[in-house]
Amino acid sequence: MIDINPGLMIWTIVTFVVLLIVLKAFAWKPLIQALQSREKEITDALQSAEQAKKDAERMIAENKLAMEKANQETAKLIAESRVVAEQLKHDVLSKANDSAKKMLEQAKDEIEREKESALLQLRTEVADLAVNVAEKILDESLDSPKQKKLVDKVIQQLPKN
Amino acid sequence: MLFSEKVTEQTAQAVSDTLHHSIADSTVTASAIEGREENLFTELLHHIHDGNEIELPFLGHVHLPQFELFGIDLSITKHVVFLWIAALLLIITLSIVAQKNKKNKVPKGFGNLIEVFVQFVRDEIVIANMGKAGLGYLPYLLTTFFFILTMNLLGLIPYGASATGNVSVTGGLAIIAFIMIQVSAIRAQGLGHYLAHLTGGVHWSLWPIMIPIEILGLFTKPFALCIRLFANMTGGHVVILALIGLIFVFKSILIAPLSVGFALAINLLEIFVAFLQAYIFTMLTALFMGLGVQAASHGEEHH
Repeated sequence: MIDINPGLMIWTIVTFVVLLIVLKAFAWKPLIQALQSREKEITDALQSAEQAKKDAERMIAENKLAMEKANQETAKLIAESRVVAEQLKHDVLSKANDSAKKMLEQAKDEIEREKESALLQLRTEVADLAVNVAEKILDESLDSPKQKKLVDKVIQQLPKN
Repeated sequence: MLFSEKVTEQTAQAVSDTLHHSIADSTVTASAIEGREENLFTELLHHIHDGNEIELPFLGHVHLPQFELFGIDLSITKHVVFLWIAALLLIITLSIVAQKNKKNKVPKGFGNLIEVFVQFVRDEIVIANMGKAGLGYLPYLLTTFFFILTMNLLGLIPYGASATGNVSVTGGLAIIAFIMIQVSAIRAQGLGHYLAHLTGGVHWSLWPIMIPIEILGLFTKPFALCIRLFANMTGGHVVILALIGLIFVFKSILIAPLSVGFALAINLLEIFVAFLQAYIFTMLTALFMGLGVQAASHGEEHH
């Protein structure tokens, strides 16, 4: 068990050297290459995944920002348009009120004027009529100034309308 | 070398003596079956010993060719056959795995298992002990690891034998490790620095003491590698065979469940030891190579 056998030693060394040469060419080179290329691929994939994650995060942040901006814009627009509408409504209403008032005023004025002229016309008409009637009744018994006085009195007693 | 050889020889003698003793004590009529015991013990060791024949299922014992070359016995022994079986197994399976793994982006099954080991040797043994500079020695260390592992495991299958349970085989591996350790140190430090390191950096008057010690130090590391692997692989087999042998020693079938149970447990342990010893041999080789490689960067401090 213990005795050294030089022949066996030589066979061991020869076998080992041949094995080393053969395995180096046919096994270790492709195995190590496959290992290294896969490691590289995995590292690359991890890196690109990291990059993609960062990009996605950035895009999400950007989107969020844009959305917020849009929301603010909308809110502002709505508020502005509300103010404009309010203003418009106010304007239209006041304009309408004004024109209505004006029309009313005009109508009142017109009525007043018509009434004045009608009254005037009536006054002259009534005076003439009264004179005619009085002439006929008194038959020139009264002089003209007295007549006038009387007529005025009658007119005064007439209702305004 | 000579001294430790003697020691190991003595130890082996002592072990065999005690084994004989216990066998003698446990048998009822010791003298009557002395011959059988002798048989049993040689039968036990026969499974561990190298030999000029191999056992095959159905074919029985097959004799192997024997020849000498330049006065050296280069016979094809049992362990040489198992060296070759291990080498062939590795070449065939690893080439197939390498081709498959090159095609598959995601290795599956056995290919994945092999890759795990390759990656482990690369990251945990080579880079951990030698740094990135050691990657050039990766094929050597991978071959060492897989070769030793396969030889260890071959001893656990029926009709198999562990070539690593032979001190000549582990000695051969240690010689290669010794050469690789020196080559890597010389390549990293340069021959001048390498030789300067042998002086230990002490005053020249102490060189006659220092240089022999340093040179001896170079040999102890691979020598320890050789003996560690050999002893671990042999020890496990001896324990299993001794446990099975108990059945024949006690001549009782009642002892069989106990023996088989213990032998099974030791077998499972042996699977672990097969991996562990392959790892330790490779790891220590890388560590010793790493010492030389790293000494290159500290070289200036010593001189």
